[in-house]
Amino acid sequence: MRLYLGVDLGSTTSKAVLVDDDERVVGRGITNTRSNYDVAVEIARRDAMTDARLALALRLLGRDGHAVAEAFWVESDLHRLEALRQTCRATAAAVPGEGPRLAPAVDVILAHMADEGSTLFNATARSRGSFFRDIVSARFHALAEEQCARSGVDFERVLGIYDRAILDAENQLIDLPFVDVFAAAVDRAGLHGDRREAAVAVGREVAHAAFDVAGFVGTGYGRARLPFPRECIRSEILCHGLGAHAMLPATRTVLDIGGQDTKAIQIDERGLVTSFQMNDRCAAGCGRYLGYIADELSLGLHELGPMALTSKRASRITSTCTVFAGTEIRDLLAVGEKREDVLSGLHRAIITRAMSLLARSGGVNDQLTFTGGVARNPAAVNALGDMVKAHYGERTINVHTDSIYTGALGAALFARRGVPAEDLPSAAKECKGCG
Amino acid sequence: MIKKEPSMDAQKDLLAGYFARLSRAKDEGRPVVYTFVPGNLVELMAAFDVAPVYPEVNALQSAMRQRSGGFIREAERGGHSEDVCSYVKCDLGMLAKGNVGPTGDTIPPPDLLLLSFTGCFTFMKWFELLREQYDCEVAMLHVPYVGDGVVTDAMRAYVVEQLQREVIPKLEKVTGKRLDLDKLRAQLARSRQAEEDLAWVFKSARQRPSPIDAYFGGVYYIGPIFTSFRGSEDACRYYAMLRGEVEERLAAGLGPITPEGSLGDEKFRLVVEGPPNWTSFRDFWKIFYDEGAVCVASTYTQVGGTYERGFRHDPANPLESLADYCLSCYTNLPLPQRSRVLADMVKEYDADGFVIHSVKSCNSFSAGQLHMLREVEKLTGVPGGFIESDLVDARYYGQANIKNRIESYLQMLHARRTGAPPPAAPRPERIHLEVVS
Repeated sequence: MRLYLGVDLGSTTSKAVLVDDDERVVGRGITNTRSNYDVAVEIARRDAMTDARLALALRLLGRDGHAVAEAFWVESDLHRLEALRQTCRATAAAVPGEGPRLAPAVDVILAHMADEGSTLFNATARSRGSFFRDIVSARFHALAEEQCARSGVDFERVLGIYDRAILDAENQLIDLPFVDVFAAAVDRAGLHGDRREAAVAVGREVAHAAFDVAGFVGTGYGRARLPFPRECIRSEILCHGLGAHAMLPATRTVLDIGGQDTKAIQIDERGLVTSFQMNDRCAAGCGRYLGYIADELSLGLHELGPMALTSKRASRITSTCTVFAGTEIRDLLAVGEKREDVLSGLHRAIITRAMSLLARSGGVNDQLTFTGGVARNPAAVNALGDMVKAHYGERTINVHTDSIYTGALGAALFARRGVPAEDLPSAAKECKGCG
Repeated sequence: MIKKEPSMDAQKDLLAGYFARLSRAKDEGRPVVYTFVPGNLVELMAAFDVAPVYPEVNALQSAMRQRSGGFIREAERGGHSEDVCSYVKCDLGMLAKGNVGPTGDTIPPPDLLLLSFTGCFTFMKWFELLREQYDCEVAMLHVPYVGDGVVTDAMRAYVVEQLQREVIPKLEKVTGKRLDLDKLRAQLARSRQAEEDLAWVFKSARQRPSPIDAYFGGVYYIGPIFTSFRGSEDACRYYAMLRGEVEERLAAGLGPITPEGSLGDEKFRLVVEGPPNWTSFRDFWKIFYDEGAVCVASTYTQVGGTYERGFRHDPANPLESLADYCLSCYTNLPLPQRSRVLADMVKEYDADGFVIHSVKSCNSFSAGQLHMLREVEKLTGVPGGFIESDLVDARYYGQANIKNRIESYLQMLHARRTGAPPPAAPRPERIHLEVVS
């Protein structure tokens, strides 16, 4: 099977998308961007390949497919958890003095998490945009607090070991033995007898399916760091344009709010960019700003939007400066503003800034497609809808459920279209004339 | 390493010689006159044999030597806000630190502050601050804004009258000399000769490939003629030499010189509006030449004289000619005229696109640039690119951001030109992508 890989190395998340010759998406992978960009990209790429194999398995397995695929990702995370456990042991052993004494306490917590299995690593957590690190770290904190309170072990020291270990662990690549993990997933999915045997056989079959990566293109904030030749790097502005067009062909304006950049892009009926504007070097009002706000309020990023939606009266926000985000919030809370009102105001401030870029790029043409991590935030989407209507009248605003993959999809399509037509299988079917 | 051409060394020597001579001005009994680049009256000053100082040139030269940051911080410690023009702060900071110029020579204090262009309101405030510092003579020439793009006889007469009643008497006062009109005419004749050669050099960019980069190379070319050398024998020699070299490059079919050698493949031809960033000048330039983008024309190289558009000093009408020069410099043009200049250049130089570099700390020049972008797009059908940073304040320059925007813009131009996605991504043999499953 011939595939084309698009990789989007964003400041917050790294995404990979695989498309086939007919430009159908066959696999996707996503992970949090970390200090080692190469590892982040490779994990996303491997996950996309795995996803493509699971998609094949789904077709072959019929009704059992979904349960096995879901169980596969749980097993995959358990594999990573085991690797983290090993790293924790090594980290604890290396701590002088009481390190070895703390090691069992850390180990017990991780063993407990492994027992939790699919309760811990479930699709709901993933759909909220939580990655392995987020899920594991939140649970570790909770369990460590309980355990240390019971046993009298120093919580801060236990946490210190974990924090060092997770940093090391997430910057290491783990080889996932597909066939074994698939077999474990089949068991986890509760298949028995012939169904089990048939499913395990499918796992072996798809593990060895030949995937030929015939072209690849990298994009995103960190694209210059990708281990790709220069000719295989594309601007994320072009990739978001083409990706949005592929997802929603009626798109003429794209608003992408990512971790570090906000981009307003105008595209034509082919998905080619005709004009764009982006924020200058100041990342005020970008996704990272929301990250700081979440930290400041001790909330998860995914909780901000829903909480803001409960507001009856948005606070007036004067600045979207990321550096002063904390001060802004504390000032407002100090004078008695409600948390949800402050959050509502913050979301409106972010969109106000984006509206300025949209205006500079040529306005909002029907249809507007909102992409990037911030498009997952319902309060941001609501604020955008209000302001677009106020400034431009009725416009269709699209937020695709897979909008996080827009840039990677555009990159994969560039990779696919970069391959000369005569090299594609479909070309062989065309008459090239006689003689 | 870049293969230098003789004119590069000549230009460098001219600049070094200028600063060295300037530092000796007081000892040699030459009065020192501070003035600005747009609308400068250097021929008139040379006729009085005064030593001119251009504070904004000192600022950009300091920035290219990574010294502007310290000067700006010094000025901010003195109470100037972050939003004040960074040229001003660089100059005031340099002054506060002993007025040691970019080459290490001390800049002497002024005997006269000659404000010969008022299109930039900040210039007036800048000299007010310097007047407080130096308590010296001030001559102010009010140059009417050419609001509808046409220089009228009344405007010209108004400027000439001020030259006669205000500027020349002040110069006579500080020098103790009478104006020698023949000397001024001789200066203007040499200006005209150098202007001819420079205009030819800029027009050479109409060829494919362009033998010059009219923006990044252009800022070096304009150095002598925009400052103290216009009207001098040195300038005539320099521009004749430069023209000869460009003629040779043209005959040989060579592209422009970059810091990494001659540009081989001219992939994009661009027109640029706005000054370059000086603190990261080389990095800024690299973004363009790495992508095979050549700047075939720019408006910045017209702020000290619109020679490409036909202006020439006229020795037969010296004062009227100086008035026309002040009135017609690019910074004195209204937005529709500036848009028209850009659109004309896009067409004349057969450019693929145009880029506007908006400068944070220069409100008077940057205001309206987005409007201009849309206007030029309408006039030419060519899409524009937009970037933002600053003149000499490195805090406002973001290499990754500007690189992202320029690369995206060029990829967009390519896609529009071909009606297809950018060039083929190569087959994967060049990279090992291990499949682990």
